[in-house]
Amino acid sequence: MSEELQARQRWMAVLAKASSDAIRARLNAAPALPAHTRLRGPETGLVMLRGRAGGDGNAFNLSEMTVTRCAVTLESGTVGHAYVAGRDRDQAELAAVLDAALQDEATRAPLLEAVIEPLAAAQAEARATEARKAAATRVQFFTMANMR
Amino acid sequence: MAYVAVKGGERAIGNAHAWLAETRRGDAAVPELEVAQIGQQLGLAVDRVMAEGSCYDRDLAALAIKQSKGDLIEAAFLLRAYRTTLPRFGYAEPLDTAAMLIRRRVSATYKDLPGGQVLGPTFDYTHRLLDFALAAAGEAPLPAPEAEAEDAVAPRVTELLSREGLMRREEDASEEPADLTRQPLSFPAARATRLQNLARGDEGFLLGLGYSTQRGYGNAHPFVGEIRQGSVSVFLMPPELGFEIEIGEIDVTECQMVNQFKGSRTEPPQFTRGYGLVLGHGERKAMSMALVDRALMADELGEDRTAPAQDEEFVLLHSDNVEATGFVEHLKLPHYVDFQSELEVVRLMRATVAANAEPEQVEP
Repeated sequence: MSEELQARQRWMAVLAKASSDAIRARLNAAPALPAHTRLRGPETGLVMLRGRAGGDGNAFNLSEMTVTRCAVTLESGTVGHAYVAGRDRDQAELAAVLDAALQDEATRAPLLEAVIEPLAAAQAEARATEARKAAATRVQFFTMANMR
Repeated sequence: MAYVAVKGGERAIGNAHAWLAETRRGDAAVPELEVAQIGQQLGLAVDRVMAEGSCYDRDLAALAIKQSKGDLIEAAFLLRAYRTTLPRFGYAEPLDTAAMLIRRRVSATYKDLPGGQVLGPTFDYTHRLLDFALAAAGEAPLPAPEAEAEDAVAPRVTELLSREGLMRREEDASEEPADLTRQPLSFPAARATRLQNLARGDEGFLLGLGYSTQRGYGNAHPFVGEIRQGSVSVFLMPPELGFEIEIGEIDVTECQMVNQFKGSRTEPPQFTRGYGLVLGHGERKAMSMALVDRALMADELGEDRTAPAQDEEFVLLHSDNVEATGFVEHLKLPHYVDFQSELEVVRLMRATVAANAEPEQVEP
């Protein structure tokens, strides 16, 4: 997998997990987004979630979830896509515009710095906090022998 | 089933719904419940509605709970109805529960295992005494304690047994599983179909069936190999992109129930597993699902099918509470013509019995 593609998957993942409010808060400190035209959406639909029997066996359909998608194009012709869990249309459109702008060499670096990195850091910190709370409930077994 | 078209009742229905709205709100002097409060403070009810409504969306499930006055089956029904209004974008990649951000993970089969026993925010070990402090709104509790998190991997308990050859491995034939939202249930049902049915099945029904397997209806000797609860990433491959993207995270509960298996002509004695996977924090449901999943494997494992929990037609056709409530509750709709014909039949039968009895009485 190319580095280019990995970088794009990363920013798409970060945007999918950020609320529109969180993205807008970051955009305040970023260069203005380029003008865009909607190609599709934003529209809400369903994705069927899947699990695996026993966790690692044959796939089965688990349940649906709501997902909102959007596709936009910039004046440069670059197309941006977004598929985000939930029904936040504003988030999907912002994510699609950012996906397009981040593919453009000229706007990538400042947007990564002002939007993606701070969102990614906040998400990582939230995960780390959960992990630390879980760690605090990990049982430390001791045996009677150790109590002497 | 014959229904008769009747006119009238519109005003009564309108007034009944107006009264319903008033009773839903309750005493106007008490502050109105916000949907966000339901989402945050009645999270397990939201989880149950998402699981049984078979649609992951916390806000919609919370709204459904408010609208249904807390009737969770009615709320699941509302969610099921809503989902029919949305287009289907596609199928996600199977969730990788081994890569879960773990909030809870316990095993009843091994004390010391890689990744450890993590209790998480559980009701276990609480004393089940009413906490009157909660009756008075007070300060928010302090943040839960934190501890240094090891970057430890928590391998599946079933994998530990499989490596020793003591656990039957799951097959991955990479087959496209049937989808109950597209194809109706048919028998015999594939495991994938059974799991989809159980995952959205009624918690109470599955709990009762699971309990019955423990009490001797199905001869199960289960152990909780592992329960894990936490967040997993959802990946989707949109065709227009041609590569996988993460579209968000969801909370799930997974249960691996370990069961003994006597072995057969082709397989040595070993353990088998029942599997439960449920949206949100549905530990009781995930455990029940795992018990029933294992019981339904009777045929595949050459075991005698003697108990209700092993009968897939009985289990799968009655597990869905939206279907069940529809059929049970339709009985209260007008059946005037049906009942008129029943009345005629019963009157005729009584007359016939009476007529046949009369001559006997006059005989000496």
